[in-house]
Amino acid sequence: MSREAELAVVAPVARSGGRRSWAWLGITPFFLFTVLFLILPTLDLVVGAFQTPDGSFTLDNIARLNQPTIVSAYWISIQVSVASALLGALAGFVIAYAVVLGKLPRPLRPFVTTFSGVASQFAGIPLAFAFLATLGPTGLVTALLDQYAGINLRALGFNLLSFWGLTITYLYFQIPLMVLILMPALDGLRKEWREAAAILGATPWQYWRHVAFPVLWPSLLGATILLFANAFGAVATAYALTGSSLNIVPILLYAQIRGDVLHDPHLGYALALGMILITGLANVGYIWLRQRGERWIK
Amino acid sequence: MKTSRLGPWLIILLGAIYFIVPLIATFEFSLRKRRGEYSFDAYRWVFADNRFIESFSYSTFVALVTILVGVVLVVPAAYAVRVRMPRLRPVVEFVTLLPLVIPPIIIVFGYLRLYNSSSWLPMTSSPRATDLLLVFAYATLALPYMYRAVDTGMRSIDARTLTEAAQSLGAGWLTIMLRVILPNVRVALLSGAFLTFAIVIGEFTMASLLDRPAFGPYMQNIGANRAYEPSALAIIAFVVTWACMGLIQLLGRGRRQSVAAA
Repeated sequence: MSREAELAVVAPVARSGGRRSWAWLGITPFFLFTVLFLILPTLDLVVGAFQTPDGSFTLDNIARLNQPTIVSAYWISIQVSVASALLGALAGFVIAYAVVLGKLPRPLRPFVTTFSGVASQFAGIPLAFAFLATLGPTGLVTALLDQYAGINLRALGFNLLSFWGLTITYLYFQIPLMVLILMPALDGLRKEWREAAAILGATPWQYWRHVAFPVLWPSLLGATILLFANAFGAVATAYALTGSSLNIVPILLYAQIRGDVLHDPHLGYALALGMILITGLANVGYIWLRQRGERWIK
Repeated sequence: MKTSRLGPWLIILLGAIYFIVPLIATFEFSLRKRRGEYSFDAYRWVFADNRFIESFSYSTFVALVTILVGVVLVVPAAYAVRVRMPRLRPVVEFVTLLPLVIPPIIIVFGYLRLYNSSSWLPMTSSPRATDLLLVFAYATLALPYMYRAVDTGMRSIDARTLTEAAQSLGAGWLTIMLRVILPNVRVALLSGAFLTFAIVIGEFTMASLLDRPAFGPYMQNIGANRAYEPSALAIIAFVVTWACMGLIQLLGRGRRQSVAAA
């Protein structure tokens, strides 16, 4: 139903006196709650980032972010988040493609859906334990590779508590998330489009390049940005893997809040502001790109 | 035709290896507690540990209250937007997506600044108040999933027609809510509830920073101090998550069948 038609149906009911007031009653708790426990706390940190301890305005906190530990923490965080988002998007796309369009047996699909649901929520502390048992110093895969393939991961310089270790671990929840988001999008590709393209003499590559990909790319890009934010804010997995030893932003902030380091709440607010800005900007970028993308779909 | 299927199979196989090997490795590791042979000693240790039972019960309770809060907030809002105020839809949808963008650590850091014991609403000054704050924190985490589930449920029942039918029979808004809308979105609500449970039960960051004795911080503590028990806990957490997701899938299938039958 179009927006106008929808409004036309609602209008007569809405005009009839007190009816509208209880609709407000339904939505007021929702707005009250989200303002108090989602929006205000976030805004308050943003304000705090520009304040001195006695409450006057300053840019000093932001300036003090420019120290080697903090800059390198942001840099590693961005690298891990970008790598796990891109690799997760790629692998997730390929798997979703295989399941939806790969002509595989039908029972496979509900199984992949359920498993993706489980794995995308299987983050945090247990995930860290699982990867320690797999690729940690005494993990099963580490031991088997050493014993039967003669590959000593340690000697090759692989360490679970590193950029690649963290990225491989994050992929365990990133890939399934991508699969879950993309499967409905791939369902939306109509068979007729491919047939029409084939009749007009398009190769499969041309079909993907000029038809399927332009339709899919807003969802692809949106999901990738969601994956980025997902990895960028993750604390628990990295903390359980490494304690405070890996220098990424969420861990640094966690340690700061626990009072282990820095001893300077306003620097903490500035750290938080940086995180909000990065995930926020990514999303503004997404909205902007999606609007551009939609122009071409119409 | 045969050759074109080889690619998809290969992809599924590679995916299966990446996703299943860590589970096998974790399970194998959890059996290694007794020297020289496999045993369930690590599981026995965990189940005999009082802190396990206490923290798991605590998190279960918090999860249930979170689900209740989520339902009370989301159902009337989703209903009002769908039936009365479609113009507010973009705003409400935007707000429900925010928790996917703002990291949990930011939200809880904001709480500590805004609601600390010397603030206008000192919610961290007593353990019960902090429990409530944790519930609210989890309700924000669950918001995107809860809202989406309920909104989808509302769309499939045509809430507006049901409302008009109920009104023409003389029902008030409370009756409509409790006896018409809620029973009809029950299945959607349950999927939202199970997903919320799966998210809340092992959550670490918020519980740890609010200093509550939840299951997530307990697991972290065991991870830092024990060798084989963490793997047993990971397997237990995986089974709990799997149970929640399996129930959602089962509910969805039941709904599809009843729609097909109708």
